[in-house]
Amino acid sequence: MISVEHLVKAFGPKLAVNDVSFSVERGEVLGFLGPNGAGKSTTMRMITGYYPPTSGRIMVGGHDMVEDPIAAKRLIGYLPENAPGYADMTVNGFLNFCAELRGLQGDARKRAVHRAVELCFLDSVLYQSIDTLSKGYKHRTCLAQSLIHDPDVLILDEPTDGLDPNQKHEVRGLIKRLGENKVVIFSTHILEEVEAACTRVIIIDRGRIVASGTPAELKARSPEGKLDEVFRAITLPDTVKVKAEARA
Amino acid sequence: MNAFANIRTIMKRELSGYFTSPIAYVFLVIFLLLTGFFTFTIGNFFERGEASLVSFFTWHPWLYLFLVPAVGMRLWSEERRLGTMELLLTMPITSWQAIVGKFLASWLFLALALALTFPVVITVNYFGDPDNGVIFAGYVGSLMLAGSYLAVTCMTSALTRNQVISFILSVMICLFLILAGYTPVTDLLTRFVSPVVVDVVAAFSVMTHFEGFQRGVLDTRDVVFFASVIGFMLFTTGVIIRNQRAG
Ligand SMILES: Nc1ncnc2c1ncn2[C@@H]1O[C@H](COP(=O)(O)OP(=O)(O)O)[C@@H](O)[C@H]1O
Ligand SMILES: [Mg+2]
Repeated sequence: MISVEHLVKAFGPKLAVNDVSFSVERGEVLGFLGPNGAGKSTTMRMITGYYPPTSGRIMVGGHDMVEDPIAAKRLIGYLPENAPGYADMTVNGFLNFCAELRGLQGDARKRAVHRAVELCFLDSVLYQSIDTLSKGYKHRTCLAQSLIHDPDVLILDEPTDGLDPNQKHEVRGLIKRLGENKVVIFSTHILEEVEAACTRVIIIDRGRIVASGTPAELKARSPEGKLDEVFRAITLPDTVKVKAEARA
Repeated sequence: MNAFANIRTIMKRELSGYFTSPIAYVFLVIFLLLTGFFTFTIGNFFERGEASLVSFFTWHPWLYLFLVPAVGMRLWSEERRLGTMELLLTMPITSWQAIVGKFLASWLFLALALALTFPVVITVNYFGDPDNGVIFAGYVGSLMLAGSYLAVTCMTSALTRNQVISFILSVMICLFLILAGYTPVTDLLTRFVSPVVVDVVAAFSVMTHFEGFQRGVLDTRDVVFFASVIGFMLFTTGVIIRNQRAG
């Protein structure tokens, strides 16, 4: 469904994403794990067509994201980092706007908005303006936007960031359920999240894939069977990174 | 057509954005008060003793200099500040649809402001016997002028996430577009450089092209000039938006 080949993104001299390749099929939930600044968001922005890649190829459902972006974007639902939304709009207005841009009209649009509102529990804030929402509701509003056209592919950048433990639990459950018949790629730096929701994990560090496999496979790499030990063994903490870059 | 539907959706959102906050109403009131003030007090509308709207249209290039950037400054800078640009540009629409939709919404808003000045037309028709063709041409010119300033603002708002910077840059560029053909400035210039150079510079000024409309002349060259400014500025907006993401 999604295949990414030798993806590179350079910001000036800096390579934010450096030769990343992978593919994901329907029914998989792929977790992007990595420390801050690893290149998770940049990779997702390329897959969703926001950043053009410096080089490499992105295929979504058989459509090349660079050659035929509109067809590729139709298949994707995207929750950007920090869940942006138009401050001056109500939740209802915002969701209707997004549905319209997705080509939904009339009754189909009403049904789509209704379904997304139910999935994300937004009934109580439907007519509240987005800038007055709490962080959890704002996040869920943006998540609802990504689900509105019932897309085949879901790309979620830190979908549980800023949520309280109950909300985190709900969102993980939702991801798992949606992953049964869609492709879901989500990023996180929370390790339990990966175990709770993913069928496969890719660990990224400094723009490169440093490990990939099922959560169980990765855990087997450490003597104690703990994911965080694996994570710490293969990614570098920020402080070491600065020293390494200074030496280079 | 898909493109039109997308442009309409963007326009609708942008327009309703103006009216859900008090800003739109404040703007409309300020605009109407200022046009009234300039026309009747400074422009000596009544003392002129002629049935025309010259004293009304003369002030538009100066009035718009601040009011149009104020209307357009948030168009793209707000998208960048909120991060919604990422949402908008990952939707199945092209960036030019978004650019055109936003531009048209603001232009429509300015057209509404301009339409609300209809009492001056009634007044001048009540007291005298003006050439309404000339008045119509004046309105067309004024709308084109507003559109040109707005396209400039669209471009500057794509440059920064800060609305104030977007406003200031836009005022500066529009001021240049005025001064390049403002008679006191061109008179001064002719003392230093050859008249040919002055004419070339003045050809880029909105003043040179706005005057024709005020005289009631709908010259294609003037229309083409304003349309080109709008086209060029919106094209530049697209280039800026694309380059920001190219890294
Ligand atoms: N627009 C940009 N311009 C310059 N550098 C950027 C830009 N976006 C991201 N980066 C850099 O690329 C690297 C990867 O960032 P990002 O993909 O946001 O990481 P993550 O999401 O994994 O925390 C970081 O070092 C970041 O500073
Ligand atoms: Mg990130």
